[in-house]
Formats: sequence, C-alpha cells, structure tokens
Amino acid sequence: MKNYKNVIAAYSIMIFLIILVGIFQSWSIALTILNYCLISAVMTIGANIQWGYAGLINFGIMGYTALGGLAVVLVSVEPVKKAWQVGGLNILACIWIIVAIIFVVKFILNRFNKSKLRNYSVASVILGGIILLRVTAAPGIEAIESVDPAKTGFLGGMGLPVLFSWIVGALLAGSLAFVIGKIALGLRADYLAIATLLIAEIIVSIIKHEEWLARGVKNVIGLKRPAPYEIDLQTSEWFINLVTKFNSSKLNLINSISDKQEALNQMVIDASSVYVKLCFTGLFLTVVIILLIVTQKALYSPWGRKMRAIRDNEEAASAMGKNIVKEHLLIFILGSAIVGLAGAMMVTNDGLFTPGSYRPMRYTFVIWVMVIVGGTGNNFGAILGGFVVWFLWVEAAPIALFLINLFTSHLPETNAVRVHLIESAPYFRFLVIGIGLLLIMRYRPQGIIPEKIIKQ
Amino acid sequence: MDFLNAIIVLFNFTVIPALAYGSQLALGAIFVTLIYAVLRFANFATGDMMSFGTMFAVILTYYFQSLGFGLGVLPTALLTIPFAILIMILYMLIIDKFVFSYYRIKKSPPVQFAMVSVGVMFVTQALIRIIIGPSDRRFLDGEKFIIKATEFKEMTGLAEGITLKSTQAITIIVTLIVVSIMFWFLNRTKTGTSMRAYSDNEDLALLSGIDPKKVVLITWVIAGILATIGGVLYGLDKSYRPFVYFNNMLPIFAAAIVGGIGNPFGAFLGGYVIAFAEIFVTYAYKRFISYLLPEHLEPDSLLQLLSTDYKFAVSFSILVIVLLIRPSGIFKGKVI
Repeated sequence: MKNYKNVIAAYSIMIFLIILVGIFQSWSIALTILNYCLISAVMTIGANIQWGYAGLINFGIMGYTALGGLAVVLVSVEPVKKAWQVGGLNILACIWIIVAIIFVVKFILNRFNKSKLRNYSVASVILGGIILLRVTAAPGIEAIESVDPAKTGFLGGMGLPVLFSWIVGALLAGSLAFVIGKIALGLRADYLAIATLLIAEIIVSIIKHEEWLARGVKNVIGLKRPAPYEIDLQTSEWFINLVTKFNSSKLNLINSISDKQEALNQMVIDASSVYVKLCFTGLFLTVVIILLIVTQKALYSPWGRKMRAIRDNEEAASAMGKNIVKEHLLIFILGSAIVGLAGAMMVTNDGLFTPGSYRPMRYTFVIWVMVIVGGTGNNFGAILGGFVVWFLWVEAAPIALFLINLFTSHLPETNAVRVHLIESAPYFRFLVIGIGLLLIMRYRPQGIIPEKIIKQ
Repeated sequence: MDFLNAIIVLFNFTVIPALAYGSQLALGAIFVTLIYAVLRFANFATGDMMSFGTMFAVILTYYFQSLGFGLGVLPTALLTIPFAILIMILYMLIIDKFVFSYYRIKKSPPVQFAMVSVGVMFVTQALIRIIIGPSDRRFLDGEKFIIKATEFKEMTGLAEGITLKSTQAITIIVTLIVVSIMFWFLNRTKTGTSMRAYSDNEDLALLSGIDPKKVVLITWVIAGILATIGGVLYGLDKSYRPFVYFNNMLPIFAAAIVGGIGNPFGAFLGGYVIAFAEIFVTYAYKRFISYLLPEHLEPDSLLQLLSTDYKFAVSFSILVIVLLIRPSGIFKGKVI
C-alpha cells in the first residue's frame, strides 16, 4: 500500500500544479497543457513498453509520431477528385510496382542460394525498379502538384471520420515498425539507437518533400475535429444558457444591460474554447485510461513476465525456450503503434499537420527524458514522467523569466546582461530538462516512481 | 564532345564541395570514434559539443575584429581556434568530471552512457542558445575566393570555370594537417600507444601500469581539438547556426559507423564516403552529360537520381545498408 501512496501523492502534486496554472495564467492554457500532457503520456506508454518492458532502445519515436500525423491527413481530409483524375493512375501503378519489386526480391532470395550472382541480381532489380518508379511517378506527381497548388496540390484523404484515423495511425506506425524491426533489431543496443534515429529522419524527410502525399512543408490546415467548433458553440442557444447559468452571480452584479451583454459575450467566447479543450481532454483521458489498463494487465500477465525475463537475461530466457527475436519484434511493433496513435492524437488536437515541425529534439529526446524521469518499466511512472516533463517544458520559460527578473531586479532596465537573459528565457527549458535528466540518472536511476517487482 | 569541360563541371560542382564537406565530417567522425573506442559510448552530444567550441571561436573573432587584429587574407577565426580549443577542453573535462566519470567508475552499460550524453546534449544546447542565441552568424573575413570562375575561364579559355573558395582550401589543408598529426600521435608516441592499449583491453592495460586517468584526459584533449576545428571549419564554410550542428551529428554518426566505429582511419575515410555519396547522388548530371554527348542527343531532364532534399536521407540509407550487410563497417573494427 505504501507504493500506492507515493503514486497518489505524485499525481496530486501534478494536478495541483496544473490547477495553479489555471488560476494564475488562464484555464485555457491549463487545459492546453493538460491535453499535451495526456498526449505525451500516450507516447511515453509506447516508449516505456519498448524500453521498460523489453530493454529495446528506440530513438525513432519522431518517425512514428509523424506517420501517425500523416494518417490523420490521409484518412480525414476530403479527397481531391481532380488530383485523382490527373495523377491517381500513376500513383496506383507505383504502388503495384513497389509490391512487384518486393515479391521479385523475395522470390530471388528464397529460390537461389547465397552467391554473388544473387546479390547482384537483387541489387539490379531494386535499382531497375526505382528507375521504373521514377519514370512512372514523375508525370503523375507533377500533374497532382499543379492542381490548385495554393490550396490542395495533393491527393487528399478518404474523407472518413477523424477518430478512425487514430486506429489507422497506429496501424501505419506498427507496420513501419515491422519493417524497421526486421532490419535493425539484430543490432547491438547503441547501434540500434543510432539506426532508428536515422531511419526516423528518412521517414520525416520523405513526408516533408513528397508534396503529392500530404503537401509536405506547405502544411495541411483545417483538419476535421472530433469536437464541436468554437464558432458553432458561440451561436448555439443551449451553450449560451449554460454559460449564463454558471456565471449568473457575476452577471447579476452588472446593472446596465449593454454591459451585461458584453460581459456575457466575452464569457461565451472564453467558455467555448475551454469547452472544446475539455472535449479533447475527455477523449485523450479515455485513451490513456484504456491503454493504462491494457498495459498494466499485460505487464503482470505471463507474457509480461516473459518480457522482463528476456530483458534481464537474454541468454537465460533463450535457454528456457523463449523466442527472443519474435518477442522483440512484437514489442517493437506494439510500442511503435502506440506512439503512432499519439502522433495522430496530437495532429487532431492541433488541427493542422506541419511536417517541418518534426525535430528529433522535441519528438524523440524529450519523450525519452519523460520515460527515464518518470520511471522505466512502470506505466504509472511513465505517465507521470510525461506530465512532469511536459509541464516543465512549457512552464520553464515563464518561471525562468520570473526568476531572472527577481535576481536582476537591482540592475537597471537597460543593463545588457539583463536584457540578454530576458531575451533568452525560452531556452532555459533545455537547461531545466537536461539538468533534470542528469540529476535523475545520477541519484535516482530508476525514476520518480520505480518499477515494482512483484514476487509471485 | 567536350571532354575537358565535362570533367571541369564535375570537378567544380561535386569533387571540390565533397572534399570540403567530407573533411568537416571526417573530423567529427574521428571525434565520435575516439570517444567510442576509449570511453566506450556513443556520444549524442557530439554535434552540440562541436557547436559549443565554434561558439567561442565566433565570439573571439568578433572581439579580435573589434580590436583590429587579423590575419590579412586569412580569416581571423584561424587565430581564435587555439583559444576556443582551450575553452572547449576545459568544458569537456568539467563535464567528464561531474557527469561521465561517475558512470565510468561504476562500469555502467553503454546505453546508460548514451542517455547521459543526451542529458549533456540538452545542457550544452541550452548554454549555446543562452550565450549566443539561435540566429545565423557569419564570421568569415579575409579573402573569399582563391580562384573565381571568371578568372579561371579567362586563364584557360574554357567554357566552364572552377571556383575554389578559400574556406574550402583551408578546410582541406587544415584537416590533412590535423589528421596526420593525430595519426602520428596515436601510432608513434608512447602516450598514443597506451591509448590504443587501453581501448583494446582495459584490464590488461591497467595491469601493465597505464594510468587510466591520463588516457581519459588525453582522449578529451584530442576530442576537444577535433571538435572545435571541425566545427569552426564547417561554420566558416557555411555559416554558424546552432541547430544545424545538431543535424550534422547524424551524417557524422553515419560516417563513423560506415568507416567502422572505433577505427579512426575508417572514420576519416567514412567522412569522405558519406560526403561523396550525398553529393554524387543528388547532383544533376544534365550539364555534365550534355558535354559528353553529341548535340542532338542532349537530355531533357535534369538527370538527377534524387532531389537535393534527400541529401541527408542518402547518407542514412548508406548507413542502414552498411549496418545490414557489414555491421562492423568498411574497415573492420580494429579498435583504434
């Protein structure tokens, strides 16, 4: 029971901090932070499955996040019919060519013995296939990108509900993880880290530069939402009534009718943004809770014990007849799929897809810091890590600004050092995160909430 | 058919830039490989450490310029490199003392080291941004070109010219000097031999009386020299921008692994392999081919294998292929 007390205390402090933000800054900001905390929590659950359960080091989180985001565009955006007419055929042909290349390579690999000739023929098939792809794709891509380039210039999606894209995002990320896992999982730990980091870069650069797919760096904006729009809320009767009811005491204090109407309008505008964010919070919270239940059950199931056994001693587990390669691949896929889901959730929350913003710093290393700080191998710890680190990441700048002003208050306003420090306040977040990580690694390597070992 | 012009086009647009870029990568790759061989971890703070050293060179360059010091035709930055190196080494030793040494004594697994180096990366990045800010800075002064294209055309009477920027020449020459001194040091001096012994087999080296503290110290000193010079040369050639250095870390890793991680000579060549591959794959061969073919056969397309957007992706794909086919790299892992 003592363990649970720690967990509850840690989470209460976290929620208290977010409420403090709500009181001192605004409720809208607090809810934005909370939503991002929840998204980060999903990512850390994914990373924790790989690192905490199985000891796989995956620095490719950014790639899966981006792929999840791509899924939102591919699923929820209305199809651009004209683009499909002018270039759809070429793209479909390319997909068939890719499938054909894979099958031919597989056929050669299975059918012939290992020899130089086989290697050369595989290489030439791939090279020839790529040239064929380029020749087929080039006119199609050019045609698609010239269809109203300011607004579309891409194939569009399938026009399905946006929530469906979360599942598709997970599936896409999972299938990518299957390919990467087949390639890279045999590598030693630090090689695996570097390889996944670089593969993620390749994926993001493809998403960035293939404009027919999702407009690349031109961004896709105005994505569908699973929540009502602010503007609809502001004009709907029941919502205004609700706001009036909540704020009736405040409104009653105002005497003049025009002032009252103005105050009410402002309240409705504020409340509508809070309401939309609350809808997202509800959705994200549901996802987090479902994932938490599933992963907790999995952790304490025979399967979870097997994973921990493999993590702690591969040779011994292998000697007991566990298939390490298969289990590693499975857990790599599962973890990546959860990260993909988080990527889709994030793009849905933002309402826009900006491939240029996917940087390894923000989407790989910060997530890793979350897992390490929170507690590896413990889902409650990982989620808490997501909350704490995201909170610090956002609030470090205002806190740094406050502290700088406090410590330099004796200096004049125009003092060069003071001005410079105030200008560089946003960068203190890196310092806070870095020092936090180093301190945790040194003095509490198992994280804030350590892994709980249950003796059975 | 105009063979000479074709060669010159190729030389001007691929070979010279690739040599310069490759030299910059090579210095970084040797830095990575050295840390990997002696201290046994993949240093994710590589790019930011290079940036940190360069930052001081930039600041000192501005200071020297304000004082009126200079090297005439050569960039002032060359004068500031020794001072920047000193600060860099000091920073690395402080980091080692307060961060890495604890894990070294505890003999932590390499993964833990890698995570710690991520922490160092965050801190270094923060310091750089707080001290100098994230904006783009040029600190090149002195003569910009050694040969200009127009001058070359006038001299030789050819249709194509060769441009040789002074930064490219400086990069290649300085790299060759630094790398040869380093290889002489590693292979011929007693300290270098003891470093190699330590990286081959730590226990045996300790038994034969090699002082591990000295080996670690020397490693950081060499690392500081390589990181600063590599960073300054890159900054002179392009421009100094903190986050670009973080991105550059990735091809540097690729170079170190392609060459065979732990092998400095492999890393040196790996840098050039990556640079040439990136530039040859993304170069548009239209002009080159049009000189070689008769006029009526001139190609319409750019004849580019991949667009330049995929420059980094090329080097990463090479790395993935190498990891798949020959994980020990091109020059098999003889450590140091």
